Amino acid sequence: MVDPSDTLLRVEHLTMRFGGLVAIDDLSFEVARGSITALIGPNGAGKTTVFNCITGFYKPTEGRLALCHEDGAAWDGLDVLTASGARSRGALHLLERMPDFLVAQKARVARTFQNIRLFPGMTVLENLMVAQHNRLMVASGYTLLGVLHFPTYDYAENAAIDKAREWLDRVGLTARADDPAGDLPYGAQRRLEIARAMCTDPVLLCLDEPAAGLNPRESAELNDLLLAIRNDFDISILLIEHDMSVVMEISDAVIVLDYGVKIAEGKPDAVRNHPRVIGAYLGVPEDSVDTVKAEAGL
Amino acid sequence: MANGAQSPRVDILRALSDAGLTAFIAFGLLLPLIGFLTGVNGRNQLVLTSRWQLLAGITAFVGLARLLFSLFVAPYLTQRTQRPVTTVSLARETLRRWVIPFAIGFVILYPVIVLLTAGFSGGVKWIDNFGIQILIYVMLGWGLNIVVGLAGLLDLGYVAFYAVGAYSYALLAENFGLSFWILLPLAGILASFWGILLGFPVLRLRGDYLAIVTLAFGEIIRIVLINWVDLTNGYAGISGIPRPTFFGIPFNADDDGFAARFHLTFSPLYRTIFLYYVILALALLTAFVTVRLRRLPVGRAWEALREDEVACRSLGINTTNTKLTAFAMGAMFAGFAGSFFAARQGFISPESFTFLESATILSIVVLGGMGSQIGVAIAAIVMIGGTEIMRDLDFLKAIFGPTFDPTQYRMLLFGFAMVMIMVWRPRGLISTRDPSVVLTERKSISADLVKEGHG
Repeated sequence: MVDPSDTLLRVEHLTMRFGGLVAIDDLSFEVARGSITALIGPNGAGKTTVFNCITGFYKPTEGRLALCHEDGAAWDGLDVLTASGARSRGALHLLERMPDFLVAQKARVARTFQNIRLFPGMTVLENLMVAQHNRLMVASGYTLLGVLHFPTYDYAENAAIDKAREWLDRVGLTARADDPAGDLPYGAQRRLEIARAMCTDPVLLCLDEPAAGLNPRESAELNDLLLAIRNDFDISILLIEHDMSVVMEISDAVIVLDYGVKIAEGKPDAVRNHPRVIGAYLGVPEDSVDTVKAEAGL
Repeated sequence: MANGAQSPRVDILRALSDAGLTAFIAFGLLLPLIGFLTGVNGRNQLVLTSRWQLLAGITAFVGLARLLFSLFVAPYLTQRTQRPVTTVSLARETLRRWVIPFAIGFVILYPVIVLLTAGFSGGVKWIDNFGIQILIYVMLGWGLNIVVGLAGLLDLGYVAFYAVGAYSYALLAENFGLSFWILLPLAGILASFWGILLGFPVLRLRGDYLAIVTLAFGEIIRIVLINWVDLTNGYAGISGIPRPTFFGIPFNADDDGFAARFHLTFSPLYRTIFLYYVILALALLTAFVTVRLRRLPVGRAWEALREDEVACRSLGINTTNTKLTAFAMGAMFAGFAGSFFAARQGFISPESFTFLESATILSIVVLGGMGSQIGVAIAAIVMIGGTEIMRDLDFLKAIFGPTFDPTQYRMLLFGFAMVMIMVWRPRGLISTRDPSVVLTERKSISADLVKEGHG
């Protein structure tokens, strides 16, 4: 088990109901700082719903989603913060109380989408500039100084372009910087979306099926990119993925969901051989249904 | 060989039948419109006269035009669409370098050119009806372009902010005697305040719903102006609005008036020229601010909002504020234009702020190409200048007879022009998007990739 002082994100008793449908049922897990955590499960298990709750796109029905930018002692204030009704205090943030844009802006959780959501009519570089909106907004004096051509904004914009260029080099898109994002091939769009999320300076990067639609070579490149992100920037990654070559190779921890319930958790190898995981993915023989149900507490 | 000779003949047959059908439809449509003319005779009786020759002439013209189109223009068009699309970055670079400075130079020298060519007495019409009138709409088009073209929010009630600006100036100038130069920014602020007020209820709306609510908002403002008689004088409007002064010197025939101070003979022309430069300065301000805003984070956020709102939120952009600033900025420029309009006319009434005005401004933006400054300016010149020019086409009377009044065909011609442009360039005159920031090479972005926004 991960040392609690090294935890970045704590998901506690997360429940999400849509009318009568329980999409996530009392889910608790933790994401360790500087780790790659994979969230897997069959289709409809509620993985993307968990993402939408963490990133503020859905407001959870119940549960606490706490994120801490500092390790160790900062966690001690969690109960005080919860009782106070505020969104955040110091390094501690309660994601379930924040609207989506604040989760990205204040709690610094960035995400990508299952169906790529770039700005197709804007250039690759512009996509990365939009991601640095909040910093540039401050530098432009909330537009006022920028309109008057204050030099502070020009410095900030040049710095933003440099940062964008660095990420373009990393994902191999420098040559296409001035092409519209909608013109890029599929794999390049996936990489650009990750680069764009990284340009927001996140502490936690949530990737929703980053390897979907990639060929084996591109998947291998993605693995290298994600490992580099974790090692060079000390960023934790939470990813939903069906491609087991990605999940098993790079994850430090794997969480398996089925019907909104966590059925297994642990190191990739342990999870791979877990009977309930195999059951959820492959089904179980007719005669052992009752045994499995009893194990699952159903 | 036989095949090669046969296929054009089939084409001609098809073109002929097509032209015949077109002529038939034209005949059916125009029979009640042109074939019959009702008039009043000397004894005040209604008489019906038929105009078969004119009807036959127009029907034949429509059929012939269709025939020529399908024989010569249509093959060229199909050929053109089959050609691969190439980026025209070089052409745009030339445009940027030459056309824009030339255009700005031309509009600055326009009154001088007019006075040299049309003379002192004829010049007023050209500066007032063409220059000032077109520039007001260019400014309104650029203002609405922020909301519709950049942020992708379809606003059908834009004229409301124009009205707010006009009435702010009229009421504050009449009741408190404040000067034009104080009220100009104040009218802009008041209009942008109303822009934010409109923004709040429509934040969650998209597409058709957004359009309907903005349309209703425009009507609410107009109907309040009509019914709040104590304040606005209702239908009768406000007259005797103070005219702007040349930094305190009024444009009148008094001893301390503009003409007397500068030892000139009095003429209304000076005020017209002054007003021309005021609206020119306001329009250029709108253009420069918009160009600058596109390079700033707020402008990029507007365009990103048009492209994908969910992605914007995932990047930490406060979409509420972004939408409200778009509404406020667009409304502010309409407020400036409105206060200028009131100062220029000296009289305003709710008649000037009908839905037709909103529709005109919106069609200027759509025809020009959403998001394109140059396109919007060209569309405003064509639409507003076209209206004015139609008052002057007296030579057409020589062709169609002395009773022909070209202004009556205005809407017909506009409808026709609009259909033509939508067929020829469905995304407006200038549909390519210019990137706001460039790493190595400036390439314009094809309209196929640029989204139109959620509504």
